[in-house]
Amino acid sequence: MSTPIIQIEDLSIVLAGNDILKDVSLHVDEGEYVSIIGPNGAGKTTLVKCMAGIYRDWTGTININGQSFADHGNKALAKLQSYVPQAEGRTNPLTVEEFVTMGRYPHLSAFTTLKPEDYTAIDAAIGRAGLQSFRQRKMNTLSGGERQMAFIAAALAQGSRILLLDEPSTFLDYRHQANVASILKTACRESGITVVAVHHDINTAAASSDRIYAIKEGAIAFSGTPEEATRRETLKGIYDTEFICTPSPDRPLPFVISGGAL
Amino acid sequence: MRKPLVPLSILLLLTVGALLVCPLFGMEFIPYTATGQDREILLNLRIPRVLCAFVAGAMLSLSGMSFQALFRNPLATPFTLGVSSGAALGAAVFIRLGLAFTILGVSGTSLAAFGGAMLAVALVYGLTKIKGGFSTTTLLLAGIAISFFFSSLILFIQYVSGLTHSFRIIHWMMGTLTTADYSQLANLLPFLGGGGLLLVFLHREMNLLMVGEDIAISRGVNVGLVKKLIFLAASLMVGGVVSICGPIGFVGMMSPHICRLMVGADHRYLTPASFLFGGLFLALCDTLSRVLIAPSELPVGVLTALLGGPFFIWLLLNRKGDLEL
Repeated sequence: MSTPIIQIEDLSIVLAGNDILKDVSLHVDEGEYVSIIGPNGAGKTTLVKCMAGIYRDWTGTININGQSFADHGNKALAKLQSYVPQAEGRTNPLTVEEFVTMGRYPHLSAFTTLKPEDYTAIDAAIGRAGLQSFRQRKMNTLSGGERQMAFIAAALAQGSRILLLDEPSTFLDYRHQANVASILKTACRESGITVVAVHHDINTAAASSDRIYAIKEGAIAFSGTPEEATRRETLKGIYDTEFICTPSPDRPLPFVISGGAL
Repeated sequence: MRKPLVPLSILLLLTVGALLVCPLFGMEFIPYTATGQDREILLNLRIPRVLCAFVAGAMLSLSGMSFQALFRNPLATPFTLGVSSGAALGAAVFIRLGLAFTILGVSGTSLAAFGGAMLAVALVYGLTKIKGGFSTTTLLLAGIAISFFFSSLILFIQYVSGLTHSFRIIHWMMGTLTTADYSQLANLLPFLGGGGLLLVFLHREMNLLMVGEDIAISRGVNVGLVKKLIFLAASLMVGGVVSICGPIGFVGMMSPHICRLMVGADHRYLTPASFLFGGLFLALCDTLSRVLIAPSELPVGVLTALLGGPFFIWLLLNRKGDLEL
């Protein structure tokens, strides 16, 4: 087997005096779709931010594409991986097109203008996200779902081999959830892009992923296939609450419903 | 691709027109065909003054624009952040100490003002960072606190100064272009050149910072370095303007906003637009200030503040969210 494209060993980070991640080790192979699930405050977002280079004062090792994190320059790293942050309502006055164009940043220098391949990547990304009719709309006039599609389009335009996403479909309506899932699946299956996504919803995670990691209290609590992740005992161990796992009429994986809240 | 080149070209034409027409007006109308003393006034007083006003306005506007991108806040300007006061303090200290020297043709007062501006930026940035965010409240409170503190220090310096020093300090604290001449223009240009060029090359980084620091990092921006460069550029320009024209308010706030309405928020176009509009605006204001109550004249800072106050209130009432530009 080839070396994993992301290899994390003994990753620990302390934020504001709290141990957020404790000796987390995981790996992601090229072309895989890996989901990260876990309860609120478990450290999922922190883990993705460490991988994206936003937090830098961790201990341990993160190797991307066989090279240690520090050995990649900022732009070299951005060519390898792009990041879609959690939607948090913050907007900006750029148009969708301008915003997606900013995704090409690692490929540009201060002294050059956009090249044909940049325009191709921008158009393709806008097309894949279904934002053709929104090109000239300002980001701060879009709905939450449309805005999320623009963030994903900008990450796709970045043209990287790895996509890191933090809860890409949380807060979205059903149609946008389906769009996000299909864009990510297509990117992974057809373009061979490695996807690492934090998912709030277990069914979403299970339906798209090759493998799933669960984080609980800053440590890996589970790692395995979607089949293994959608078992009652596993989920109860991760979330400390009851679950109902009921067979789906048209899918191999069971549906997971929170049993505690019913 | 929609290119906001049409509004930019119109702005450029307006600017060229204004720069040609403004020198003609003043206490009396002087045509370009004038001879004798009138010609002297036109060539050696009015033209450099209009050019100074243009350059100063352009610099204030560009610094306001970069602060707004950096703090992701529409109310971040040299004035509200206390950077103008910092620059004024630097200059006041320099004048009080009775120092006078030039380095490579740049007056010591300007360099001292630049130092003061840097100090103020560092303080405001540090304060808001400790409070964990650039919310309007934190930013304005920090800016006001620093502004007041520095103003008190200036008053103190004035109080313990002799009449001559005190008069010199009061004179430009009002924000005026009365003393503008070619040597002052020459003194402003390096600050515009340094700061302006930096910002021209940082247009993509400013776009990304405006979106958010996380996004900027994940796109490969060296955020720490870029922020320092923007601070440097903005402080250079505020310091340069304040040392010569005094703290002229509100240009740095109004101009970038109006430009965003005209060419959009992409700094590729916003930077030249802010440069042109800020310059045009201050050149026109200065001309008005010479004409309105002729034969006397109004400090131009008074005029910009009269226009800026209501604009500031409009902005406060109209902003959609706390962090939106």
